[in-house]
Amino acid sequence: MPTKVETDSVTGTETTGHEWDGIKELNTPLPRWWLIVFWITVIWSVAYFILYPSWPGWDGVWNYTARKDVAARLEAVQAERAEWLDKLAVASLDEIEQEPDLLEFAIAGGRAAFADNCAPCHGTGGAGGPGYPNLLDDDWLWGGTVEAIGTTLRHGIRWAQDEETRISDMPRFGVDELLTADQIGDVAEYVLSLSHGATDRTAADRGQTIYAENCAVCHGPNGGGNAELGAPQLNDAIWLYGGGKENLVTTISRSRRGVMPAWGGRLDPVTIKQLAIYVHSLGGGE
Amino acid sequence: MASGNMNTVPPSLAEKPGDTADTGKLQLYADRVRVYPARVVGPFRRFKWAALIVLLGIYYLAPWLRWDRGPGAPDQALLIDMPSRRAYFFWIEIWPQEVYYLTGLLIVGAVGLFLVTSLFGRVWCGYSCPQTVWTDLFMWVERRIEGDRNARMRLDRAPWSAAKIAKKTAKHGVWIAISLMTGGAWVMYFTDAPTLVADIASLEVSGAVLFFIGLFTSTTYLLGGIAREQVCTYMCPWPRFQAAMFDEDTLVVTYEAWRGEPRGKHKQGESWEGRGHCVDCLQCVNVCPTGIDIRDGNQLECIGCGLCIDACNRIMKRLDLPPGLIRMDTVNNQVARERGRSVPFRVLRPRTIIYASILIAVLGLMVFGLGSRSTLDVNLLRDRNPLFVTLSDGAIRNGYTFKILNRARADREFVLTLEGIDDLTLSVRGGPSDVQRAVLGARPDRVETYRVFVRAPRDALAGESTPLRFVLEETMPDGERSVQDSVFRGPVR
Repeated sequence: MPTKVETDSVTGTETTGHEWDGIKELNTPLPRWWLIVFWITVIWSVAYFILYPSWPGWDGVWNYTARKDVAARLEAVQAERAEWLDKLAVASLDEIEQEPDLLEFAIAGGRAAFADNCAPCHGTGGAGGPGYPNLLDDDWLWGGTVEAIGTTLRHGIRWAQDEETRISDMPRFGVDELLTADQIGDVAEYVLSLSHGATDRTAADRGQTIYAENCAVCHGPNGGGNAELGAPQLNDAIWLYGGGKENLVTTISRSRRGVMPAWGGRLDPVTIKQLAIYVHSLGGGE
Repeated sequence: MASGNMNTVPPSLAEKPGDTADTGKLQLYADRVRVYPARVVGPFRRFKWAALIVLLGIYYLAPWLRWDRGPGAPDQALLIDMPSRRAYFFWIEIWPQEVYYLTGLLIVGAVGLFLVTSLFGRVWCGYSCPQTVWTDLFMWVERRIEGDRNARMRLDRAPWSAAKIAKKTAKHGVWIAISLMTGGAWVMYFTDAPTLVADIASLEVSGAVLFFIGLFTSTTYLLGGIAREQVCTYMCPWPRFQAAMFDEDTLVVTYEAWRGEPRGKHKQGESWEGRGHCVDCLQCVNVCPTGIDIRDGNQLECIGCGLCIDACNRIMKRLDLPPGLIRMDTVNNQVARERGRSVPFRVLRPRTIIYASILIAVLGLMVFGLGSRSTLDVNLLRDRNPLFVTLSDGAIRNGYTFKILNRARADREFVLTLEGIDDLTLSVRGGPSDVQRAVLGARPDRVETYRVFVRAPRDALAGESTPLRFVLEETMPDGERSVQDSVFRGPVR
């Protein structure tokens, strides 16, 4: 209990009357409206408690939840997008190209779908990695037009569950003993020479005949590849599994047979269209 | 009175003895002491009226000023267009990217306030703060309806009657009407004023507009009508630290204690020998809008409006005494005057020179910035994932996002060329492919975004990073030009 309220001689303010080991506290009272505002906030909190889901099991009088709010907002966004998506579904590729806003919408949607579905293998920037094609360059295993990219997306590559999937079956020349180890080494040297990477000229010359007999039918006489068959171009600077001789020997011996899922059953046609347009726009599209 | 030094203990407080009081009176919350400022006339009051008229005039009329910016652009001189992300100030048009002008404006405002305060004390509080201006307006309304100080005090003490209800209703009605106009005028700075008035007249305003009108109406009513001096004393941070701008050469409202004390009632014909000139008439207290006694010295609640000076000078004149018992003066001059001397008002002092220099520097920067501001800006972002792409023929390609900010209200055409690497070509998505120079268009008042792919033979690169310069030139003669330096990334050689 306060014992003795004094008036401080320096400030003229009264003390609270409490004293702790000779220390006294000045009583500088808050304005009363301040107290009233405090009580208003208390009342506010009670109202808030009643109106909103403030306690486990209590839904609040307004039946509001942040989750429902998000759902409603998402629905609104979807409704707004639906108009564009409908347009995109029926528009031909040429029409999309002609309409910058629609193209922008397709690319933006494709970017989001790419990050969700494709980035784990092809990288967030689409640059791929060993075994996962770089989607930014101008080298396409199965063709780089929007249509070809769309087909690859829909049916996948070597995806057994899809009947129309893209399949290219390079023989396992080493494992199945179609070529000897020396012959494989020679043909690897020759393939390297196609892109000016050979180190052993004589081995490369020996490999040329073996290439003509075994490889040229798919990869072309000069290593130009064939997108119809999914046979990679061999005379360029791009190597899916690395361009060193060791990598080539492994590829020729065992074949590679990378797999990409068919997205036709997982993503809706409009999303695939957006993805194809997005991938095509990354810089390497044909 | 021990001394005339007003810096230490306010005279009236020093008189109080350290007495003890009854513990039963302990109050943890203070009831508001109602302030009933009395009417006053004089030069300070006239200046305050002039400031009020000019400032309110600017506030209410400025949104109606028109400024022709051509077709398709708003013709309001002062407009902050939030949905289109543009701010208009007569011939200046600010984009969100140039928010540093707002920063500059705030710095100019703050330092300007510091400078004025260090020279003339709290004239901002006394004459130009919106809180002061609207409170003054509301007090004028109150005085017109309820009468002057004594009548208002009587009215508040009187029991409720039809007359009292009528007066109070009228007063609050006018206050709310003023508040509504204040809130409405505020919104006019953010939307076309004539359209807004037409919309309000036809009751076709959006919820957002109603919300903001309601918000500023209620704050005007609450702060200007109800809270008044409580805002200055308890809410505003400025009184707490404005003392840092004060020194002994700052003009403040002062009471010449050496001349006024000892104070006391004075009968006509009595001698002034052995007593002070203050007749304790309390006029200075009665007219004070914050309800303080200036004779206690400079204090936190004083807004420096000088109305007490007007009040005191009238009394001094009536008593045939020299005016200026309460006056705008510096502490230095007060100390000197007590000794019969005087010191001139010093404008040039280290702090005023520093404040003025900062003010001039920032103002100069802003003026220079606005003067050399072009209608063309370019943002260049180099792709970082991946840093570069190897193409089938071994060439290296880098991707860039190239944004043209066209601040002009006209279609413009530019040519983009690159410098720094031999044999490079550029391609623009949806545009030309493998060219040396690309023509890029920009629609009026827009940011155009282009994806630019630059391709260079590996031999032409200096290494991992080669400098590359983007030059954008307007095709028309005397057009604008923008140069952006970037780099071209490639593999380790």
